[in-house]
Amino acid sequence: MSTDRAETAARLRELLETEGDSVKANTAVFNRGRYDSVAELDDYEELKDRAREIKEDAIERLPELIDELTESVEENGGHVYLASDAAAANRYIEEVCLEAGAETLVKSKSMTSEEIEVNDHLEQAGIDVTETDLAEFVLQIANEEPSHIVAPAIHKSREEIARLIETVFDPDDPPETAEELTMFAREHLLEKVKAADVGMTGANFLVAESGTMMLVTSEGNARKSAVAPDTHVALAGVEKIVPRFEDLAPFVELIGRSGTGQDLTSYVSLLTPPVESPAVDFDSPDVPGFGGSDAEREFHLVLLDNGRMAMREDSDLQETLYCIRCAACSNTCANFQHVGGHAFGGETYSGGIATGWEAGVHGLDSAAEFNDLCTGCSRCVPACPVKIDIPWINEVVRDRINHGTGGEFDFLVDGLVPDAEEGGPDLQKRLFGNYGTLARLGSATAPVSNWVGSLPPARLAMERLFGVDRRRPLPKFQRETLVDWFEGRGGPRVSAVDAEREAVFYADAYTNYVDVGRGKATVRTLEALGVHVRVPAVPESGRAPLSQGMLATADEAASAVYGTLAEHVDSGRDIVVVEPSDLAMFRSDYEHLLPERSFDRLAENSYEILEYVYGLLENGAGEERLRAGQDRVAYHSHCQQRTLGLEGYTEAVLERLGYDVLTSEVECCGMAGSFGYKRQYYDLAVDVGHDLVDQFERPGERDRVVLTSGTSCTDQLDDLMAREPIHPIELIAPE
Amino acid sequence: MATTHTMGAFERSLAALDVGFSRTDPDGFEAALSDTITEPAVGARLGFEGLALPESVTLDPSPRELEEAVTGVTAASFAVAEYGSLILPSTPDGSEIVSVFCDHHVAVLAESDLVLDVPTAFARLSEEVGEARASAIVATGPSATADMGELVRGAHGPKTVDVLLVEGL
Repeated sequence: MSTDRAETAARLRELLETEGDSVKANTAVFNRGRYDSVAELDDYEELKDRAREIKEDAIERLPELIDELTESVEENGGHVYLASDAAAANRYIEEVCLEAGAETLVKSKSMTSEEIEVNDHLEQAGIDVTETDLAEFVLQIANEEPSHIVAPAIHKSREEIARLIETVFDPDDPPETAEELTMFAREHLLEKVKAADVGMTGANFLVAESGTMMLVTSEGNARKSAVAPDTHVALAGVEKIVPRFEDLAPFVELIGRSGTGQDLTSYVSLLTPPVESPAVDFDSPDVPGFGGSDAEREFHLVLLDNGRMAMREDSDLQETLYCIRCAACSNTCANFQHVGGHAFGGETYSGGIATGWEAGVHGLDSAAEFNDLCTGCSRCVPACPVKIDIPWINEVVRDRINHGTGGEFDFLVDGLVPDAEEGGPDLQKRLFGNYGTLARLGSATAPVSNWVGSLPPARLAMERLFGVDRRRPLPKFQRETLVDWFEGRGGPRVSAVDAEREAVFYADAYTNYVDVGRGKATVRTLEALGVHVRVPAVPESGRAPLSQGMLATADEAASAVYGTLAEHVDSGRDIVVVEPSDLAMFRSDYEHLLPERSFDRLAENSYEILEYVYGLLENGAGEERLRAGQDRVAYHSHCQQRTLGLEGYTEAVLERLGYDVLTSEVECCGMAGSFGYKRQYYDLAVDVGHDLVDQFERPGERDRVVLTSGTSCTDQLDDLMAREPIHPIELIAPE
Repeated sequence: MATTHTMGAFERSLAALDVGFSRTDPDGFEAALSDTITEPAVGARLGFEGLALPESVTLDPSPRELEEAVTGVTAASFAVAEYGSLILPSTPDGSEIVSVFCDHHVAVLAESDLVLDVPTAFARLSEEVGEARASAIVATGPSATADMGELVRGAHGPKTVDVLLVEGL
């Protein structure tokens, strides 16, 4: 296990050095483009809702839609083959080629064709296959795998491509600029298109009622591949079917914007094959009418199952089938931005949703290769045009991976940790999944626990056994917990009778045992604003085990928390939370762990602390009771807090009190709960963290007070910057 | 007839895409087209009554003529103003082929075939492509790629596109 972690760490370091810069530069352009492009849509949310509805309905009715599509394509004069797996699809495509007497085939980009590895299969059958998408062409001559599902050569710089072309083709005048490289490839590939006997494409969408396929492209190679040869083979997963032609409309507006930040890609092909365009017979170069070919057009649609119909029956993986492969979840993901799809991907697919795809089509082993790179930061959730809960899919698959492999030292932790996992998760996951218990023990034995925890032999043992990186400072546990402090001061200082509102402040494990200061500041602030505050002991939210894929433990935690808080909610008390990752449990993740009514009640009555303060001020609470100031501050809002759309409240309160606020521009700080503690991910977490540090360390910004709302962001910035971050509530709390 | 609002949106979209735009009427069509094309040129029949391509544009080209042509002239079925998109139909005389193989594509658009937005365009596409079981390309700007390190126009399709709008049609 320890060796595996060292290998993973070394592999990630290598990719950070070799491919990281290129991937980061490109994904940053796509991600920024997405924000700008969707901001132009007045009806962005409605379009996403509509897209989601269409996909839900289509997957629900998939068997009948397959029949309807088959009928439509056959009426149009084409053929449909439903391939149960990759081998069946490859066999069929080979037969089509053989019957057409084909020696050469040109392809446009298709991830589904990567999934079945059709190129290898056809080449073994003696057919010359050429990728005509420029990026795929580069990968084909480099003999490499895609590192991104939309821009597959995103990891290669222009200089690398120029060297590759020079080595492979040895041209008289080697192309160097992007323009020259593009023209070189265009000319080379045009000859391949002219010689091709068969053209093969994928399909982004298929319309059951008409047999129309939609292809979203930019270069024009798919247009040429589909139309120039007289035989066209289209390969698509069964999940690409939508019922009606008009269902394509929201996707046309969403797919380019979500993926590469383009309002519309250059070409959206709406083909109802066989098409009416004549095939071009380049073997008769001087015959008018495109060579005068009288061959009848042939069209074959290969619909691929390969695990998809089983995913449809799997309530947790089913959502994966809604994916339109736009790559928004890759571009928005901080870890992906730094290492790309060669690390953050399995056999075929990469990025956040790839865990679902790989688990469904290739199996858990392929998903296990990269699943832990999803930290659950949730920034992909608002980016996804079909609103897939991508972190949840990752957590479910992590849970399945955990239980598919037996931990070797389980007996060591079984007695120590109270989780509900039987066998399964490795020691590292069980350690971090039981953070609450460890924090309680650490606090009860502080300061001894802190001294022991800082000793080199202890750190070495923790690194070897649990994979806790020696370089990462550990949390400093406080002997007096927040709950004890609150009881010790005599409980609430604003009586319920005098109070405008009553609130229960949720003492999360970190606030209760480690950062007690932000808890005290919360209590002081709320009381200054006239709120009757209680700080009861409440169980851990389950965030820690959920992030480790320990679903049974997270589920027990959710029930226990709800059991403790339900009476308060029923008594009209608001639940106020300072830790955003715990609030996100109450407002979002519990949807999967609690009955709907329980989830709704807790979600509707839970507030982030600055969201709550904002509401109190708006309702007339005196802001003069808070600490105003002209300080310049640099604020980094926790990733899950931003996904809930709550960062604006903190900014608004700070500005109202006179502070000058600079807000961070990164998706995530890189620490992501326990991720940055783990030996195999420490370097990546630090690399991601430096994006944020760089922004806050720019000349002219170094005097700003650093504010962070999340525990892991606080730890990360504390480790990477000289300035010690505080929670915004600590800045504005009265003395 | 396109409203001023729709026309303005169309012109702004085309400008943002670096697509050339000029207007003419049926009488001035031949001269305006000759100004726009670079020979050798190939084309597909436009299908607008009273509007024919000049002799300098070769119809039903051979593969060699197709490859050697600089400009390809075809009709657009209609256009979407908000996006600057042209709907290019697949036809038996090779309209779609001409529009993708040449370095320079000139799309001829009747003024009455300009619609404002995607919902309106989809209503029309549903009928002309979906119900008719036909094929068309929604083309927005020139062919483009960023695969070689930066944005380049003319990856496989046209490097430049011009729209010639015919008023009163």
